[in-house]
Amino acid sequence: MKKYSGFSLFKNALSYHENWQKLWRSPKPKDYYDVIVVGGGGHGLATAYYLAKVHGITKVAVIEKGYLGGGNTARNTTIIRSNYLWDEAAQLYELSLKLWEGLSQELNYNVMFSQRGVLNLGHNLQDMRDIERRVNANRLNGIDGEVVTPERVKEIAPLINISKDCRYPILGASWQPRGGTARHDAVAWGYARGADALGVDLIQETEVIGIRRKNGSVVGVETTQGFIGSRKVACVTAGNSGVVAAMAGLRLPVESRPLQALVSEPVKPCLDTVVMSNAVHGYISQSDKGDLVIGAGVDGYNGYGQRGSFHVIEHTLQAICELFPAFSRVRMNRQWGGVVDTCPDACPIISKTSVDGLYFNCGWGTGGFKATPGSGYVFADTVANDHPHPLAAAFNVDRFNTGALIDEHGAAGVAH
Amino acid sequence: MSQINRLNTGARTDSTSRINFTYNGKQMQGVVGDTLASALLANGVNVVGRSFKYSRPRGIVGHGAEEPNAIMQIGSGAATVPNLKATQVELYEGLESASVNGWPNVNFDLMSITGWFGRMMPPGFYYKTFMYPAKLWMTYEHFIRKAAGLGSAPVQDDPDSYDKLNQHCDVLVVGAGPAGLVAAREAARAGARVIIADEQSEFGGSLLASINSIDGQVATSWVDELVAELESFSNVQTLPRSTAFGYYDHNFLGILQRRTDHLGISADSGSRQRLHRVRAKRVILATGAFERPLVFAQNDIPGVMQASSVSTYINRYGVAPGNRMILFTTNDNAYQTAIDWHRAGRAVVAVVDSRSAPSGEIVAVAQEMGIRVIAGSGVIEAQGGKRVRRALVAPLNGDGTEITGVVEKLACDLIACSGGWSPAIHLSSHTGAKPVWDETIIGFKPGQSVQKERSAGACGGTYSLAGCIAEGASAGAEAAKLAGCGDGTVHFPMPQIKEFSEQPAQALFLVPHTKATSRAPSQFVDMQLDVSASGIELAVREGFKSVEHIKRYTAMGFGTDQGKLGNINGMAILANALGQSIEQTGTTIFRPSYSPTTFGAIAGADVGALFDPERYTAVHRWHQEQGAAFEDVGQWKRPWYFPRGGESMQDAVNRECLAVRNSVGILDASTLGKIDIQGPDAAEFITRMYTNSYLKLAPGKCRYGVMLKEDGMIFDDGVCACIGDNHYLMFTTTGGAAGVLAWLELWQQTEWPDLQVYFTSVTDHWTTATITGPNARKVLAKVCDDIELANDAFQFMDWRDGTVAGVAARVFRISFTGELTYEINVPAHYGRHVWEALIAAGEEFDITPYGTESMHVLRAEKGFIIVGQDTDGSMTPADMNMDWVVGKNKTFSFIGKRSLQRSDSVRKNRKQLVGLKTVNGTQVLPEGAQVVFDPEQKIPMSMQGHVTSSYFSSNLGHSIALAVVKGGHGLLGKTVYCPLADGRTIAAEIVSSVFYDPKGERQNVE
Amino acid sequence: MLLIHCPHCREDREEEEYSYSGEAHIVRPLEPEALSDQEWGDYLFFRKNPKGIHHEMWYHAVGCRRYFYATRNTLSYEIIETYKVGEQPQVSAQGAAQ
Repeated sequence: MKKYSGFSLFKNALSYHENWQKLWRSPKPKDYYDVIVVGGGGHGLATAYYLAKVHGITKVAVIEKGYLGGGNTARNTTIIRSNYLWDEAAQLYELSLKLWEGLSQELNYNVMFSQRGVLNLGHNLQDMRDIERRVNANRLNGIDGEVVTPERVKEIAPLINISKDCRYPILGASWQPRGGTARHDAVAWGYARGADALGVDLIQETEVIGIRRKNGSVVGVETTQGFIGSRKVACVTAGNSGVVAAMAGLRLPVESRPLQALVSEPVKPCLDTVVMSNAVHGYISQSDKGDLVIGAGVDGYNGYGQRGSFHVIEHTLQAICELFPAFSRVRMNRQWGGVVDTCPDACPIISKTSVDGLYFNCGWGTGGFKATPGSGYVFADTVANDHPHPLAAAFNVDRFNTGALIDEHGAAGVAH
Repeated sequence: MSQINRLNTGARTDSTSRINFTYNGKQMQGVVGDTLASALLANGVNVVGRSFKYSRPRGIVGHGAEEPNAIMQIGSGAATVPNLKATQVELYEGLESASVNGWPNVNFDLMSITGWFGRMMPPGFYYKTFMYPAKLWMTYEHFIRKAAGLGSAPVQDDPDSYDKLNQHCDVLVVGAGPAGLVAAREAARAGARVIIADEQSEFGGSLLASINSIDGQVATSWVDELVAELESFSNVQTLPRSTAFGYYDHNFLGILQRRTDHLGISADSGSRQRLHRVRAKRVILATGAFERPLVFAQNDIPGVMQASSVSTYINRYGVAPGNRMILFTTNDNAYQTAIDWHRAGRAVVAVVDSRSAPSGEIVAVAQEMGIRVIAGSGVIEAQGGKRVRRALVAPLNGDGTEITGVVEKLACDLIACSGGWSPAIHLSSHTGAKPVWDETIIGFKPGQSVQKERSAGACGGTYSLAGCIAEGASAGAEAAKLAGCGDGTVHFPMPQIKEFSEQPAQALFLVPHTKATSRAPSQFVDMQLDVSASGIELAVREGFKSVEHIKRYTAMGFGTDQGKLGNINGMAILANALGQSIEQTGTTIFRPSYSPTTFGAIAGADVGALFDPERYTAVHRWHQEQGAAFEDVGQWKRPWYFPRGGESMQDAVNRECLAVRNSVGILDASTLGKIDIQGPDAAEFITRMYTNSYLKLAPGKCRYGVMLKEDGMIFDDGVCACIGDNHYLMFTTTGGAAGVLAWLELWQQTEWPDLQVYFTSVTDHWTTATITGPNARKVLAKVCDDIELANDAFQFMDWRDGTVAGVAARVFRISFTGELTYEINVPAHYGRHVWEALIAAGEEFDITPYGTESMHVLRAEKGFIIVGQDTDGSMTPADMNMDWVVGKNKTFSFIGKRSLQRSDSVRKNRKQLVGLKTVNGTQVLPEGAQVVFDPEQKIPMSMQGHVTSSYFSSNLGHSIALAVVKGGHGLLGKTVYCPLADGRTIAAEIVSSVFYDPKGERQNVE
Repeated sequence: MLLIHCPHCREDREEEEYSYSGEAHIVRPLEPEALSDQEWGDYLFFRKNPKGIHHEMWYHAVGCRRYFYATRNTLSYEIIETYKVGEQPQVSAQGAAQ
């Protein structure tokens, strides 16, 4: 892999950019791989990357039915933070955040991870109790965070309305300075380029249509390009997990729901942090291009349509205009929807299954993008060792039978 | 500056009028009927903006929603609007406009990056650099952000208001060009309720700029007559200045009507913009087509324009934007622009036609006018700085891929371009219909309909005027019929139209240059985002194949014009680079908005005071008069505390709590949810829902119950009273009321429809005044003489019918404070009267109104939980030390029971409710503090639980707290620690969660 | 935004009047105590999540406050039918992906 740098850019400019290397190859699938990763989104590509990089397993294929990073990696609002409530979730997201902090250099691909901080607003006394509880827990878990006053919120986000007279005044917030945003597509491309350089085959426009098993163990996958053998199949197919699980006769406690987002036209810098509110129900940040990037909670019904209902957009913008009355005259440029797999406890499943050699990583709900590096890291470890990584152990699918749920609805409500 | 380019021939402008406006601080004049763009062109303005990435000077290119360059900041102060397209801004007196980029100004921009530096910034350059040293990224980014963005968001609150209309119609017609107008007319004639919306200030679409004659009259008069006819129908609603921006499921469309923007910012008549939320039985899309630009070197220099836009400026607005024009075309259609230019008295330098032998009728007409036609050639490069000075013209081979001869330099100041037309398929694409490539029109057409819609006219690929009218007529009649109106017969008399017969156009998506694409001067595809042909080829060279990848890597089509001009050329260039067909390459998916839509309009009136309703109790005004501070609990406003004089909150709460324990206090508990439950199976049903049994609860008796979700976790709690045979009243938490009702209905309707039981929410029917404290009975006795109040006659957990202050009341003797308590329920209409009577009666006992804060303290002293504060959806009754409320012998397996036996529910070290008493009693633990056993351990610490409730108890003289701690029930006496964010660590002892009156004797007041 | 026919009100009403209530036709086990943790977990949390035809429950929350069932395509969002509790769907998931 040829390294990217200011110098390489300069050198290539001299030759009119005619000599850049391809980011990845387009190989024909081999007959057999040590691991097949189903799903070429951010999580799948990260899984393949860490399998090769950390575990030395390079005979890996990533099979993607469309194009790399074309699912929720392409459709999210790019928020990154680790201030989750429960130890299990917080530690997993914190691992992820730590990986984010070195990811551009690790991958030699600028994923533009921008630590401009995340505010989670509180609008009533119970919000503030929950914020206090979460921040205290975060700090004792080694995660940065503080509880801030409305005045401090106003310093961080000057256009926000902290009037006491509005319907749900801001009473305070949690503030995680290390949180922020990243360039979503770049994450997928960076991992893809890194994995490819380590020998991973990235196979696009190839759909897995069956999971072949023999005596309760996986032996490979049927694809639109034919059968490909492997004793380990790792499924990371957010938005389609139920469909893929059904191929192996499995059911998951997962429902697929539309999650919508929108962006404004680009405007000059006016919001230098990420602002989220559960009670008023919306979140907002500004991209490097100048777009205000806005989202809310998932739509109420199951849906695979990559679109949701308009009234959700209306409610979201009501919330944004409440929080930032000055943005009322800004205009929506584009809206879209993704499909998120939601679990009953708003936490993911990173788990072995009852089928030997079949692993699932799904159910990230609204929290998937920020978890990309950590998810890939612990899932690769789980697959490589056929044993849950310590940080993945709590996220086994069996918790839905024992009752050991990790209820993150409070932290994940509209959370991204 | 004067209007040097103004003609007096504009069909829709009045050249004798004057409108003053400013552009970048300069005074200018336009005329009635102008857009800002036409006025700027009339005034000879060349540069209207700087490009996003390279800060190249840019001029006006189009005349409508497709405009990529003329992005303006309109107005100033609170009413400023960023990013409006000058082509869509109607001119009004006093309009202020400014370019959004360029420093110090658009004509002289220090940020301008051309030549070498531009070459350092190919697509995706930012992914490849700014990585080292890592900590500098935020600095790099700061400058990237400063350079990005278009206009500026206002910094003040929006002074305008917005509203919405929910509309239903039989037929919605989007677009009022020839096809749309005729469709609406046909549908209306058939009796259908019709809405017709068009983005422009007036109906007519392309005909507003047409010099065609229809039925022997000027096209615009034909339009006027048709519009007048439409307006005469009572079943037609016409919506000009109204953009259908999104097509959603089940034939729901959003239409944004701009009501006052064209009047100027001083206009103050109702809403600024209105969102029409339209549910249509049938939809006709008649959204027209966009002319496709031609991609050649430096095609972004001001003075390179769309051919149809040049004609529009001449014919509609009376503006000739230049003097010496070259028309560069691939088709017959655009020759009209050369003819229009010639008729405007300006010089046509040449028509450069890529086709080797153009032979259409209109070509001959142009040639007869003496216009030079250079066939089989292309403009391969424009030259100039802030305005085109010359064009380089070269002969091309038959398919337009190679230069075959000598380059000729032609001086000119305007290059009008036409690469054919692309149907405006955006709305059809919103529905999920997959666009299909049509080689004959060289464009994507709408795919198979998935909603109840069809396209008519140019947006469906029909470009002749007669064809559009015919298609509109049949679409209108058909839609009406499908909506149940008329028989589908077309009545519209087809007008006589003289149109030139056209020869086939040529597909030309990238004009070759003498240098390779990678080395030629930039050939722009998407002007707003500075995406060039070489950028697309680079992306392919780097391994990207999917059209979505290309879009994301180059940012093509992400602008505020949504790629209306550039996308098709970009996809074709991509297809060519990949060596495949456009059909194989496919197109990206258009998403709403079709054009940008104001946030405030989407939010509508539901902001500010109307963001969410406020719920008040019947006594609310009294609380206000007493100076209460309020707390938001769900939608309710509840008194939080009642400060007297200059009291602090803590002082007030201390006083209120002492008053309750020492004499009597009064609480407005009206917000508690109340559900009236009746029916022969009511007791059985309630028993299935609560953890304990109600089968033997006699009339006049109450019982406290806990409700679980099926996962065994506490979900709500409250008292349920037996009112009579088969009649119960269930109290819920304030926040849980709606959820509990839906929960009861769910189980009854879907699981046990055989149980006869009925639910009615009666929360708002009642005012609940709670009087509590040792003197409560004495107060009640003064206003109630028909209930026997003696301790053993009216016992704890009884309720009685009676009369309080002359009002029929239900009085419950239940207690959330541990004191003698009567909860007096009266019809809400009498609430304030009874409340005031109780206050008067209590005067001699110094009856003290108290709010939710004191209520919390008093119940915490007693160890009573608040669901949602001391529980968080992961707590069982046993965790809360409330095993006593779980019926062990109930025959029916109540909701949640089975989950209490799961392995995790019976785990020993579950978090359990305990009391915490700080070692230093003056210290109050913060709610949310985490509990650890060893405060010296390293981070990450092993956390054992957290503080759920914490207060200073004025009655006890020290602080108290409730907490959930792992295995807490077995840890009484243990010292634990709460390390706080401020660096302090507070030590506390685990104690019983009941701090006060553990035996519960306080309420036995004789 | 969906337009949903309430079989009780017999009217097409906006989605905003309704709330979604998950998979239809899930029957509560008659003897929960007789089930293993896994069987109970199945009942509690494991749901069909088909891409295509789905039978689901809706609640006319700000209308008649009745629950009812709908057969809906989760990909196209087309509502094929709505029917009352106790009734069976006319259209089933035959051929649809599970």
